[in-house]
Amino acid sequence: MAGLAGRMSTVFKSKISRMLDKTEDPGETLDYGYQKQVELLQNVKKGIADVVTSKKRMQMQTSKLEQQVVKLDTQARQALSQGREDLARAALERKTVAQTEMQSLDTQVKELEAQQEQLIANEQKLRTKIETFRTKKEVIKAQYSAAEAQVKISEAANGVGEEMADLGLAIQRAEDKTENMRARAGAVEELEAAGALDDMTQLGSGQDDIDRELAQIGAGGQVDDELSKMKAELGPGDAEAPPQIGEGEQKGQA
Amino acid sequence: MIVRVSGEGQFRLPDGDSERLNELDNRAVNAVEQGDEHGFRELWTQMLELVAADGNAIDGDDLVESDVIMPPRDISFAEAKAEFTGDGLIPD
Repeated sequence: MAGLAGRMSTVFKSKISRMLDKTEDPGETLDYGYQKQVELLQNVKKGIADVVTSKKRMQMQTSKLEQQVVKLDTQARQALSQGREDLARAALERKTVAQTEMQSLDTQVKELEAQQEQLIANEQKLRTKIETFRTKKEVIKAQYSAAEAQVKISEAANGVGEEMADLGLAIQRAEDKTENMRARAGAVEELEAAGALDDMTQLGSGQDDIDRELAQIGAGGQVDDELSKMKAELGPGDAEAPPQIGEGEQKGQA
Repeated sequence: MIVRVSGEGQFRLPDGDSERLNELDNRAVNAVEQGDEHGFRELWTQMLELVAADGNAIDGDDLVESDVIMPPRDISFAEAKAEFTGDGLIPD
């Protein structure tokens, strides 16, 4: 069992012993330990607040992507109604990329939300442990000899320290995750900005490297589908006479 | 035996589970070493299931150290490569 325990607990243990090695008098160690715990709890709170902020930023990025999807869709329709299928295709290809990224971000934000709840619950648990430690330290101070107290202290402090270190690790992971997500969302935004469709004539001239890149991603099938759907919507709309009136008349006659 | 699942808390398990958990751990290390992600996932799930089935959650007012600290549930295979290595496996 030393395998698992050895692997991860060494990280915690070194942190805890660094905390305890500061003093030699058990009473002092206890007070110092408690003071340190309260200080670290502030860091934990700040860490969780940072995760929440990052998550909110991610949600904003997701809604920006959502706007892009709508914009690109509109542009595709415009291009198609002007008989520019090449442009419509380029817009739809970008839309597919933005859409895929948006969905993946959305899923990850939801995951982050669950993690955030867990972090908050664990912070509450840590606070309870610190409070227990505070009570316990007074008991230890009053009841035990220096030698005995030392043992009791390290048990209790290790219990709190482990909880704290673990929560710290969880916060770190959540932060890394948001960082990762932000970088990816940023890359998509850049892609969109680089191939901005504002100047339609320029893009229409042919395949730029973004077009090629997009094509490689394999968005082709979906784009074809959407394109023909759009054509169907745009095409017969003008050609066919408004059927509603006819139906209305039929009903009236019946 | 007290087991912590990183990010989730501590659980008290019957001492008898130690052997089973260690065996799964050894096999997980093997899977990671061979780059077998699927095999690793399966073993990792079994380890978590063992803790869930036999473990009793430890309250916030109980200050105890864990005998075993397991990585976070959602550990990636890349993280597992750093965590489940031969290095930490050989006891003392």
